[in-house]
Amino acid sequence: MTTIDLNDYDVPGRSRGILDVIRWRYLLTLLVRKGTATRYRNSTLGWTWSYVKPLIQFFIYFVVMGFIFGMDRGTDNFPLYLFSGFITVQFFNEAFGNATTAIVGNKALVRKIYLPRELFPLAAIINAFIHFLPQLAILVVVALIYGWIPNLLEIGALLLGLALIGLLALGLGLLFAGLNVRFRDAENFAEIIRQLATWASPVLYTWQLIQEHLGNAVLYVYMCNPITVAVELMHFAFWSPTVRANDDDYTRGWAGFAPHFEFYILGAVVVGILLLVIGQSVFRRFERTFAQDL
Amino acid sequence: MSDTITQTSDKTPAIIVDHVTKTFLKRNTHSLKEAFVGWTKGKKVRADVFHALDDVSFQIGEGESVAVLGFNGSGKSTTLKMVSGVMQPDQGRVFTKGRVAGLIEVGAGFHPDLSGRENVYLNAAILGMSKEQIDARFDDIVEFSEIGDFIEQEVKHYSSGMFMRLAFAVAIHVDLDVLLVDEVLAVGDEAFRKKCSDKLKELAQQGVTMLIVSHSMGMVQDLCTRGIVIHEHKVLFDGPIKEAVQIIRTTPH
Repeated sequence: MTTIDLNDYDVPGRSRGILDVIRWRYLLTLLVRKGTATRYRNSTLGWTWSYVKPLIQFFIYFVVMGFIFGMDRGTDNFPLYLFSGFITVQFFNEAFGNATTAIVGNKALVRKIYLPRELFPLAAIINAFIHFLPQLAILVVVALIYGWIPNLLEIGALLLGLALIGLLALGLGLLFAGLNVRFRDAENFAEIIRQLATWASPVLYTWQLIQEHLGNAVLYVYMCNPITVAVELMHFAFWSPTVRANDDDYTRGWAGFAPHFEFYILGAVVVGILLLVIGQSVFRRFERTFAQDL
Repeated sequence: MSDTITQTSDKTPAIIVDHVTKTFLKRNTHSLKEAFVGWTKGKKVRADVFHALDDVSFQIGEGESVAVLGFNGSGKSTTLKMVSGVMQPDQGRVFTKGRVAGLIEVGAGFHPDLSGRENVYLNAAILGMSKEQIDARFDDIVEFSEIGDFIEQEVKHYSSGMFMRLAFAVAIHVDLDVLLVDEVLAVGDEAFRKKCSDKLKELAQQGVTMLIVSHSMGMVQDLCTRGIVIHEHKVLFDGPIKEAVQIIRTTPH
């Protein structure tokens, strides 16, 4: 009888979480490609839908907010303001929504073959980003029409804003994807968050209106929302360069960030990282029973 | 738990299953409403515990071909899922040595809207292959599957036999040390089945460790030297395949 040195052995199904994705990056690229290749399979207009759908929604908001509620009169270049914030929230909604259903949607694989399950939500988020690119292209064209010439700081704000959304979607996506396997309520709860997201950020209105009508205390809480921070960064990147000339009339153009914005940026990054840590640990906790709960 | 395990097989084990117990919850209610109504009527509301595996232990030596036998629902597939890592044991430990790949329901990773070629790449990557490895083996895979020109077609246009053949061909060309096989050899026609079992024998001769779950007694006697009979979630017998098959035939259902 000999004893076995267990150091030579692996424990099946034990992963290093999101870090394992580096080793499986080739599969990740294939999963992303699968998502993009099958998204508009059997549709004649194909990727045109990626342009048409947000444009329709944008026009609805533009007509309602811009004309009926008169935001267009109070804000210069309002369509640009609206669209830059709108697609940012749209990106979050799609990334977060796709990630939430990623594990349940890949049921067949999760039940039968072991691979780092974080791959599925991550691929879903990358897919949402690819889907976001056509909308970003439209935004750039619209911005150029309005005479948009960004400087480095504004490009930096754009990248930071998108990175924030990605981080947030990943953290929340992992959390909800893991919960959703056992409690399908997560899917519905996620939908509520997505419905609120457009209204809880300065997409259809400006942050000054919050301060004006609800006071400073509410503004502090309001600004703690990382999506709000990302949306403001996008406004700074795309909208503010086109309305700076109107400095004499602060209420119509770019009036600067909300007070203490640098702290809110820091806060948003911290919240994002915190959510990622929580999301990953909850995901791993539930991952142990994915195969039997699906 | 101790950090060492006593070796029970002749060779160094490639798979160790050590006192593994797996329980499932058998829910009696499926919603809050149902639970409340059940509770007012005095019915059982809480879930029952159901043992899928009860203190199962075995070791498979490197290069051994072992069949797991048992009736439906005895826990065979659960055992395989523990070894592949899809499920985690509630008690006990499982260890493996080397690269493990499963022929567990091949084709699980296939997407009907992708072409045969795209699916080969996707499925091989799911089984852990790199791009270079797949590039190098792509022609072998297509040849083995006998798909021919259909490889550029979308998989949804395949016949079920073609689908299974391609999926099997991918799985069999993965680099591995341990192969887990679960009821997949009912693939295609007689000629292709023969080809598959020849390929498995070839792998066994190359020193690949195999753990096979099957109801086909002919096939397991052909491929395996040792059989483990799992009956009512416990190991009933572990020994030469002939005796194992005998036991399964004489055990009342």
